[in-house]
Amino acid sequence: MGFEVSALDGATSNGFAKVSEMGLRGMITLRGDFADRKFKSTVKKIMGTAIPAQRQVLSNGDMRVAWMSPDELLLMVPHATADDTVDALSKSLKSTHHLAVNVSDARAVFQISGEKMRDVIGKVAPVDLSPAAFPVGQIRRTRAAQVPAAFYFVDDTTVELICFRSVAGYMFDLLTRSATKGSDVGFYR
Amino acid sequence: MLTLTCPYCGVTAEETELTNGGEAHLKRFTSGSSDDDFETYMFLRDNVKGVHFERWRHSYGCGKWFHAARDTVTLEVFGTYRAQTLEPPKDIITAIIAKRPNWSVL
Repeated sequence: MGFEVSALDGATSNGFAKVSEMGLRGMITLRGDFADRKFKSTVKKIMGTAIPAQRQVLSNGDMRVAWMSPDELLLMVPHATADDTVDALSKSLKSTHHLAVNVSDARAVFQISGEKMRDVIGKVAPVDLSPAAFPVGQIRRTRAAQVPAAFYFVDDTTVELICFRSVAGYMFDLLTRSATKGSDVGFYR
Repeated sequence: MLTLTCPYCGVTAEETELTNGGEAHLKRFTSGSSDDDFETYMFLRDNVKGVHFERWRHSYGCGKWFHAARDTVTLEVFGTYRAQTLEPPKDIITAIIAKRPNWSVL
């Protein structure tokens, strides 16, 4: 492969929360029947996790498996290993109905960190973000203002947001604007 | 603002996250059918004032199509259910009749 660079090359901004573009990340869309034994064992073998429950994100070191819909998972792996992971998945699931695609370069990832990061997302997405309704370890696919996005809370002060690479510039501006100093709502405490 | 619960991902989604797909439980007439049947399928819809069954897609979420039963006048939602069915499930019918005793399935 040639020279690879993420959409905004690690841009950051500082408001009442810090917004950073996370650089390249390997992402694989994996679809299939979650109840299938071969499907389950393949995810276990390659990602080291079980199949996540509804809206759950499971981690194993630097890899993550996220529930996207009743028949779709998003696998997050180091960018350099994405192609090999797809090969391994395809080989293991050869005789099982499935779909595995490397979508790494169609995506951008942002991290928003700080005590008040829930406010940053809360302003742009139609989602109840109270820690009781949306705990750490869950993922939500929704929209951020005008574009599709998915996000999950890594811990009490960090959220990661995934969107299409083509709208990375819009997303960065949106989140930066939402995190403008002095504009924290303080709704989610 | 309409708020519907997606039966596939369990998310309580509001209107802007969803796409309306029109009337539910239509019988599809395709090649080989009579012109009248095709016209009915293609163009003619009930314009219900009251209890209505609709198709919705959780387009910004899990991407799945589901069905919703709601009142077009009050916007009251009686329930949502999966699309893998030819008619509204019993629990939805029960929920509607509990609120609208005079209503009956057409």
